[in-house]
Amino acid sequence: MQQSNTYIIVFSAVLTIVLGGLLSLANQGLKPMQQKSVELDTKKKILSAVTDLQEKKGDEIIDLYGQTIESVVVNIDGEILEKDKDGNPLIAENIDIAKNYKMAPEERLYPVFKYHQAGNKEAVEAYIFPIYGKGLWGPIWGFIALETDLNTVKGVSFDHKSETPGLGARITTAEVSNRYVGKKVYNDGKLASVVMLKGENNAASNLDEHHIDGLSGATLTAKGVNEMLENYFIYYKEYMNKAKTNATEKVALLN
Amino acid sequence: MVEKKPAEPVLSKRRKKFVSDPLNDDNPITVQVLGICSALAVTTQMKPTLTMAISVIMVVVFANLIISLIRSLIPSRVRIIVQLALVATLVTLVSEVLKAYQYDMYKELSVFVGLIITNCIVMGRLEAFAMANKPWDSILDGLGNGLGYSWIILAVAFFREVLGSGKVFGWPVFEAIGIQNFPTNGLMVTPVGAFFILGIIIWVQRTKTGYVEH
Repeated sequence: MQQSNTYIIVFSAVLTIVLGGLLSLANQGLKPMQQKSVELDTKKKILSAVTDLQEKKGDEIIDLYGQTIESVVVNIDGEILEKDKDGNPLIAENIDIAKNYKMAPEERLYPVFKYHQAGNKEAVEAYIFPIYGKGLWGPIWGFIALETDLNTVKGVSFDHKSETPGLGARITTAEVSNRYVGKKVYNDGKLASVVMLKGENNAASNLDEHHIDGLSGATLTAKGVNEMLENYFIYYKEYMNKAKTNATEKVALLN
Repeated sequence: MVEKKPAEPVLSKRRKKFVSDPLNDDNPITVQVLGICSALAVTTQMKPTLTMAISVIMVVVFANLIISLIRSLIPSRVRIIVQLALVATLVTLVSEVLKAYQYDMYKELSVFVGLIITNCIVMGRLEAFAMANKPWDSILDGLGNGLGYSWIILAVAFFREVLGSGKVFGWPVFEAIGIQNFPTNGLMVTPVGAFFILGIIIWVQRTKTGYVEH
């Protein structure tokens, strides 16, 4: 059966309009749920750097986040920013770290998430910093939580786009992130970072408070993780210095 | 249609074959060797594989139904584009729904949900079946092919997850039956592992059915 060109054009136009309408309808209708999913995902990641969330579900996590996290946005000099260039209020949770990563370090926005006792903003227990870098095959990112001394690692959570499953992708597992807990970032006030060694099952003598066991078969992913951590310790240095002095003042007041 | 035939039962013998044939004798993956790409890519674990299987069944059933309903309206010169547009729309819908209600799965499957569009099984069934058959028959055909695809990728995923990670649906089986330190095989986690398992499934199946490539 051979149809006229007019028929084909009309048919195509109607089809396009129907399908396009359907898609935009679905997009609009599902948007609130999708935004909630994305929000939940971010908050889950942030909280999982400091606490174990395995038992908790959707709304519980959002509640917990509201009670225990206070966020600020700082610049490279550690100054708190409240508005962006256009005068819109900055919300730390909405800052796209990947987008910021493409800018020069001096121009980036750096969110800081302060984990405090439920309902008591003064009693900060940890500082959570987002981090971002390059793995072997694609971007890697995550959050690192430091104790109030801004030196001891309280926890990390990593994620990745396309590291090799079973090798580099293991950075997301608790087995690997637990290796960071309790390690120190500074050595006598100088940045030493926490470095993942090459290979797995390194001799215990090589594992001090700045070195953790590596991932066998994922040396390049580990290298990416090391660079990412060190970079962000440098980016957040000014903020940390300021926060440290504030923290000591608060402790003095409490005494 | 000149003379009126008595109505065919909803699940006549002929129609049952639409569902049962693709499960074994005419399986889209093992016999027609279609949809291999996703069979390799998403089958590291059972959970994402199940999501993928359900998504493909939804897409192929609805695409078959809709194309079959409008088959006499579709201008034959642009039929492939029409099919493609419809499949792309359905796949985008599935992807949007996953993003809203199963965000973790959505992230894990990432591009592979979108790539259902290029899964040859879907377009293949539209062109080979839905363009020439009635809606109900097309639904059954879509269901059969969707299930045929699903059971194969789930079987592959089962062996890959058990041997590669020692788990089934993320549940550690070997620890449960008292075997600690089960030596997992890293090869199974990579796509190469899927090739081996798929190859073995095809081998066993062809030995049993006696199917030979011509």
